[in-house]
Amino acid sequence: MDIKTGFFYLFSAVLLFAAFRVITARNPVYAALYLVLAFFQAAAVWMLLKAEFLAISLVLVYVGAVMVLFLFVVMMLDINLDSLSAGFWKHFPIAGTVGVIIALEMAWVLMGGFRTVEEPRAGPAAVQAATTGVAQVAQVSNTKELGKLLYTEYLYPLEIAAVILLVAIVAAIALTLRQRKDSKHMDPGQQVKVRARDRLQVIKMPPVVAPAPQPEPVAAAAEGSKA
Amino acid sequence: MSVTLGHFLSLGAILFALSVVGIFLNRRNLIVLLMAIELMLLAVNMNFVAFSYYLGDMHGQVFVFFILTVAAAESAIGLAILVLLFRNKSNINVEELNVLKG
Repeated sequence: MDIKTGFFYLFSAVLLFAAFRVITARNPVYAALYLVLAFFQAAAVWMLLKAEFLAISLVLVYVGAVMVLFLFVVMMLDINLDSLSAGFWKHFPIAGTVGVIIALEMAWVLMGGFRTVEEPRAGPAAVQAATTGVAQVAQVSNTKELGKLLYTEYLYPLEIAAVILLVAIVAAIALTLRQRKDSKHMDPGQQVKVRARDRLQVIKMPPVVAPAPQPEPVAAAAEGSKA
Repeated sequence: MSVTLGHFLSLGAILFALSVVGIFLNRRNLIVLLMAIELMLLAVNMNFVAFSYYLGDMHGQVFVFFILTVAAAESAIGLAILVLLFRNKSNINVEELNVLKG
């Protein structure tokens, strides 16, 4: 049993414990914090699998962004915990039975079928480089290989992923945007609907003759004194 | 005895089963439901990464990348719906979600 196996069992045990606490914690804040722990352990397991970029991005994206978002929402909402946890123990027997059946069946099949798949001698990038005939069997960076694939073969899916993120931004803002009563805002529909005659009215009126200009009294007095 | 592909796949399977149990147990709590969905996606990603490593195929890791993107978008929209539900109903009971239709 080498050191990698030991680390695998350590990370897996902590990961499963954290996942168990996520689904059983009464307080959603604790559940979110245990989910952070679970993601850290999963990132460590991915490090064992030599997926360094994904492990780092899991920590950055999930722990840094998504879980912080979860914590924001959980702490912002004032949740009545008692009404939510009702029925927890009522569903426990069937849920436990279904879960144990799923886990045992899948683990049985997987351990039976994939136990013989041995660890490759080099990383996936190197193996792929070797199988495709590229001569760089030497140490290849995981990030570099992933980037090459992403920006050549998967360029269109990458763009679609960007559009999905944009749609998510727009949807999240549109869902939670609240029109405040006391703020001055413009309604674009009303703006588009407006016609020129609503704003500017041309009225016909008879011309008014201006009275003849009278000389200024002050100027007249000054001219009188000079003369 | 070294770790094989079966070990990682079993880890993913147990994680998936745990999150299924979590969905059963916390049927009313929308926040924990979202967290259980995140755990499920993590289990699936674990399988992808394990296969990618043991079969020497980088395409699995690209897939994990896209799944991470979609999961981030999904959780953002889910939390937005949660905030909206709480603003209207003052609780996050799943059984009252149907008032948002219309």
